[in-house]
Amino acid sequence: MALAKVYVNYKQSILNPEAEAVHKALKRLGYGDIEDVKLGKYFELTIADGKSKAEMDKEINQVCDKLLANYNMENYHYELVETEAAQ
Amino acid sequence: MKFAVLAFPGSNCEMDLYNAIKDIIKEDVELVSYKNDSLAGFDAVLIPGGFSYGDYLRSGAIARFSPIIPALQEFAKSGRPVLGICNGFQILTEAGLLPGSLQKNVSAKFICKTEPLVVNSNKSMFSSAYQAGQLISLPIAHGDGNYYCDQDTLRELVTNDQIVFKYANNPNGSIDNIAGIINKAGNVLGMMPHPERAVEAVLGSDDGKGVFQSIVNHIKSRGVIYE
Repeated sequence: MALAKVYVNYKQSILNPEAEAVHKALKRLGYGDIEDVKLGKYFELTIADGKSKAEMDKEINQVCDKLLANYNMENYHYELVETEAAQ
Repeated sequence: MKFAVLAFPGSNCEMDLYNAIKDIIKEDVELVSYKNDSLAGFDAVLIPGGFSYGDYLRSGAIARFSPIIPALQEFAKSGRPVLGICNGFQILTEAGLLPGSLQKNVSAKFICKTEPLVVNSNKSMFSSAYQAGQLISLPIAHGDGNYYCDQDTLRELVTNDQIVFKYANNPNGSIDNIAGIINKAGNVLGMMPHPERAVEAVLGSDDGKGVFQSIVNHIKSRGVIYE
């Protein structure tokens, strides 16, 4: 099996009021050195055996473009790792 | 003429819409489940507000892949009126039937109140019953109503007169005060405010009636035959 760790985050140009609220709360807690907070989404996709790496890359990109990320306001990247079950 | 009101799991304004059409506008109307795959026989489609699929992932993102959506896309392509309100607007942007997207309100708060709007264009099939520049009041109730699009898209919206409603006092951070837009063809409108909640004086305002009346006028005056 393979595991895709997918990270979706807002584009730089997009305001993220949730992240700002978290940032303000951290400041109130005394962590004044934290200069910026990004808040996005994290997915773990477990993919069954049988596909080559290239095929999985293609599928993960498709899934992100179709559903997991909205290209208007979000970017994504991912890491593909082999899990122990595959060995 | 006959309206379809779509209903998704988590929709919560479908009965308001149904009753507004049936009792106030006095036209035929039918609820259509998200599981259906046909919109044959309808003259206009209304997509209600609510929280389809609990707003999981993004507002409208899951509903956009419902069985009814291919039929909706075909319906829209035929030129017949499609109106998405609130979550309906979010579904239309996710489905690619309208440009841009609806983000979290800039205050990060859910806003539920009556807002003054300006009828920015009365040339659309959804706003012809109003005067251009008319000030109307409609309720809003949303957490993700902050309309965003890139500058090129915004320029196109302005050039093609696609901005139908604007907020008089922008409550949510929407770009260019946008409250409702149509597609380039002019037959798909998405708006965050709720016209169906303002169709008779007892509700506080009947300013929303004009949206539905405009659709009826459009269909009836043209005697449109689409198929």
